[in-house]
Amino acid sequence: MRASKRRSLALGIMGLLFVALSVGTWFASSDDAAAEYGDVIINNYSDDAAMRPVIFPHWFHRIRFRCKVCHADLGFRFKAGGNDINMLKIFDGEYCGACHNGRIAWGVENCVLCHSGKPNMKTGVHNSTSDRLVAPVGR
Amino acid sequence: MTDRASIIAVLSALAIAAGGAALGTAGQVPQPAGDAPIIIAQATGAQATGPSAANTFNRLMKRPGSEPNIQPSKDGIHDPANPGTALLQWPSEAFAGFPRTNDGNRVDWVKTLAAGLIRPWTELEDPEAEPFLMDLTIVRQVKGSMPNVVYPHLEHTQWLDCTNCHDEIFVPEKGANQISMAGILLGQKCGICHGRVAFPISDCRRCHSQPKTAEELRQLSEKSSWAKQ
Repeated sequence: MRASKRRSLALGIMGLLFVALSVGTWFASSDDAAAEYGDVIINNYSDDAAMRPVIFPHWFHRIRFRCKVCHADLGFRFKAGGNDINMLKIFDGEYCGACHNGRIAWGVENCVLCHSGKPNMKTGVHNSTSDRLVAPVGR
Repeated sequence: MTDRASIIAVLSALAIAAGGAALGTAGQVPQPAGDAPIIIAQATGAQATGPSAANTFNRLMKRPGSEPNIQPSKDGIHDPANPGTALLQWPSEAFAGFPRTNDGNRVDWVKTLAAGLIRPWTELEDPEAEPFLMDLTIVRQVKGSMPNVVYPHLEHTQWLDCTNCHDEIFVPEKGANQISMAGILLGQKCGICHGRVAFPISDCRRCHSQPKTAEELRQLSEKSSWAKQ
């Protein structure tokens, strides 16, 4: 009687731990998108060049510049990966290089501040409404 | 809410570490992969004494690790092994004191700008330049009983230039633009920004903000199949 009680108690504890483990791994896993809304991953050329993909924090830049500056004056199209950006253009003052020149913002020698993403990620805007749908829609 | 979730995660992880070591029975649970579907309910097969785990409802349909404004090293896309990652600003720090919303960055950017909490430049070579503003509000009649859409040029010209939208995205002419929520969700028209970087389309009433008049609703009800029965 006593032994069976103890056994069921042990089973109960194991069960609870099992549930706790599932819940724990559920919340603790960070494989998926917790990225800030609007973070843009740009991996047009990075992987092929053995660099980490670029993560452009849109939120950080909109605190400092109105949309107009980049999207009208600098010619960034409203499309993740839709701008043919490479380092040579940046050195020559195009795209990111219009500011990241050591004068308006820190310069191009700080590679790892932009090339900071996990390798092999797809180009795109992170955490968009369509990304977050429970049932995915076609692109 | 999410704080509580992370506390639960930490506590349960600790419980597992302790319990697993004591009992030597910590089971392997498959971890959701990158593009795995959101699990609404999860069966564990355990003989739990509490409520059945199979009926634990993921009521917010959350993906694992979807806390807002999380630090870059833990956000799932930045590489923690990258030496620059630790230098990046945390969104939670940048957004401290900004007016909040429930979605997107959890920031009401229009109110933040209006309150002077940020001073984004309009011109690269002239930080003091003022934007060219236009105060023209467009009301779009929409289908069904949904409130009509009120589009304020004023708030948009605070951020954008006329050429950003006209004429490539929107033809500046009444009735010339076909707009649908399905298209917006797929990133067309308003959806080029809203749902990607500007406030997301789950915030319905920020656009659908003008209620239909009694007359409009009466005409609708006459057209509806209910009225014909």
